[in-house]
Amino acid sequence: MINDIWILATASLVAAACALVGVFLILRRQALMGDAISHSVLLGIVLAYLITDSRALPVMLGGAVLIGLLTAWLSDSLHRIGKLQNDASIGIVFTLFFAIGVILVSLYTGQIDLDQECILYGEIAFIPFDTLTIGGGGNIADGFEIGPRAFWSIAIVFMIVLISILITFHRLQTVAFHPNLALSLGINTVFWHYFLMTLVSMTTVASFDAVGAILVVALLVIPASSAYLVAKSLKGMLWSAIAYSQTSVAIGYTLAYQLDSAISASISVSAGLLLLLTILILEIQKKRTHNLQKAS
Amino acid sequence: MDGFTLFPPPSFWDNWLSFWRFEDINVLWVLMGSILLGMSASVIGGFAFLRKRSLIGDALAHAALPGVMMAFLLFQTRDPLIIFIGALCSSFIGFFLIDWLPKNTKIKADTALAITLSFFFAIGLMLLSYIQGLEVSNKSGLDNILFGQAAAMTEEDIQLLTYVTLFTLITVVLFFQKFRLIAFNQDFARTIGMAVHRYELLLALLIVMSVVVGLQLVGVVLMAAILLTPIAAARFWSNQLSHILIIASMLGALSAIISTQLSYLAPAMPTGPWMVVSLSVLFILSLLFAPKKGLVKRYFEFQALRQQVAEENILRTLYKLLERKEFMHNHFTQADIQSFRNMPSSCLQSTLKQLGKKGLIKASTQGVQLTQSGLERATQLTRRHRLWENYLNQQAKLLPEQVHQQAERIEHILTDAQEAQLQRELSNSQSDPHGNAIPTTHKADKTQDAISSTSNTRGGENFD
Repeated sequence: MINDIWILATASLVAAACALVGVFLILRRQALMGDAISHSVLLGIVLAYLITDSRALPVMLGGAVLIGLLTAWLSDSLHRIGKLQNDASIGIVFTLFFAIGVILVSLYTGQIDLDQECILYGEIAFIPFDTLTIGGGGNIADGFEIGPRAFWSIAIVFMIVLISILITFHRLQTVAFHPNLALSLGINTVFWHYFLMTLVSMTTVASFDAVGAILVVALLVIPASSAYLVAKSLKGMLWSAIAYSQTSVAIGYTLAYQLDSAISASISVSAGLLLLLTILILEIQKKRTHNLQKAS
Repeated sequence: MDGFTLFPPPSFWDNWLSFWRFEDINVLWVLMGSILLGMSASVIGGFAFLRKRSLIGDALAHAALPGVMMAFLLFQTRDPLIIFIGALCSSFIGFFLIDWLPKNTKIKADTALAITLSFFFAIGLMLLSYIQGLEVSNKSGLDNILFGQAAAMTEEDIQLLTYVTLFTLITVVLFFQKFRLIAFNQDFARTIGMAVHRYELLLALLIVMSVVVGLQLVGVVLMAAILLTPIAAARFWSNQLSHILIIASMLGALSAIISTQLSYLAPAMPTGPWMVVSLSVLFILSLLFAPKKGLVKRYFEFQALRQQVAEENILRTLYKLLERKEFMHNHFTQADIQSFRNMPSSCLQSTLKQLGKKGLIKASTQGVQLTQSGLERATQLTRRHRLWENYLNQQAKLLPEQVHQQAERIEHILTDAQEAQLQRELSNSQSDPHGNAIPTTHKADKTQDAISSTSNTRGGENFD
């Protein structure tokens, strides 16, 4: 029972953090960059682990942010220097990084507690067994258990994301909605682009344990898109993205429980179903107002 | 990590030899299949790239996953044809969703791609995890399609792969002209009465088929690269579509050979990632070293152009100095040159050395001096500069203060024909907007006579 609570708490934090970041990704038309970064973060995690032999949060965050920013920068350079289309250069960079990541994982399977399965699904069902202890002077048995490692990672990252958005809300708003105005006001849009990419990298790496490298794209893009369809303001969009993500977690968890399927996949599927439902309702509304106009 | 070796050396070579002797006949078939796939995926990816839908392959491959799982769940079989048809169906649904979302909702095209990709993939994974919890036979190995496993392919897999890829290649060859037209100028194709929509659908079918049939070999996750990277690399080698496509298919085939081989040598290794890595290496090599558009070549061209501009600037400076002395005096020190043109001494010296080597100037005790050929070149450059200034002043109605900067750039690239045309079109080709005389080049030898004997006063008049 207590395990279920930890799993649910982790999942809803992951979904909320992804939804918040996803809103800005969608508004800045960087959905594909989110896809790319979530793939390449795998390489960052593997490299950070192989080099430092540690799974501490700062190490993982450092590796992921570095690789995430590298992905963004390389795609941009390839676009400019190689004169390739924007999405083509993104595709070339992230597939290479992800491929190297998968190769490293299968080469060092014995040494990393990562395998191909976990890249895909994450292992949210097992997170309660990997706990953090504090105190005890290095002796784990004496320490005080404070809960799953994955929970605390995502909790910290969620706080970072939340605080960043609260502090820089107006800047982010200007950059997201009026990139040209931002430029003419002297706002460094390049900085804010990479700032957003840093947030994306941190969120994906903290979500990695829970949902894997690919399903995180679903959590980044889908609830934020649903919110994009219904919201009228940025604040409203952020709130409704969170609402959508939490509903998906609730439905997805039930679904997974009933069907005995992977929790992370079920959450993503329910997010998608909610989006389709939203589109359906909007379409019906559109038809109805159309008909009313015709009648009058 | 100590003592860790990827492959124990002796058995590695044994394996490698046995691979290339085709001791296992299946190896030959898998190799053939993967080469064909590499070729057809690169070619069809080329058209997706030209239509600016480079990542469509990524989304379609992910979208195929639920179809595979559904087909298995419904028919409880691993028959390649049934799986293929299932994947084809769900991939097509994905294709239409990607098209439909941006047209009917506020959602943008790139977001639609990401939504479709992740939603379908999630459905696929959910079904896969559901299947793995079921008590059904031959469910193991179903997850091979996530990262690709060449060594796990069966004979029927290869047969299907061969048919589909051959079909794709032949169709592309047959309809090459039409596809090219659609890719480059859809509006034109429509005006000449082509059934654009039908060919678009055919192209979509080919893309979906190539993606779906490659899943066993490359895997869902990395299929994007097989469609995208070869064409991006090939683009650096040529400007002609047919050549680009042929080169792309060669690159695709090469990476297929490398990765299939690796998959046999290290059976635990997934094929897809290796194929992507080898393709990326080929891409980076093309980006750097391609003969016409490679970065190295472009860098050297840029350097050569800079050198040329620096040399020509010095020649022009010498000409102006000469003009100021009214062609009486043809010896100038480096300080003279620098007073006219701001240039670091080291750069100036190396440029002067180059000019000396080309015989355009010669060094003397008092400094440097233009030779006859140097003077000719300098006159020509000055003439072009001032003609262009005139042109901008008269035809583009720019003020005399505005014309110098632009002429400073254009003087290096004007051709003889353009010079003659400027001469013809300008009413006043005697002097530039600043009042300086525009020299004529065919008098250059006369001028040279005048200069070489510094006592001769006729020199200056020749330039009026």
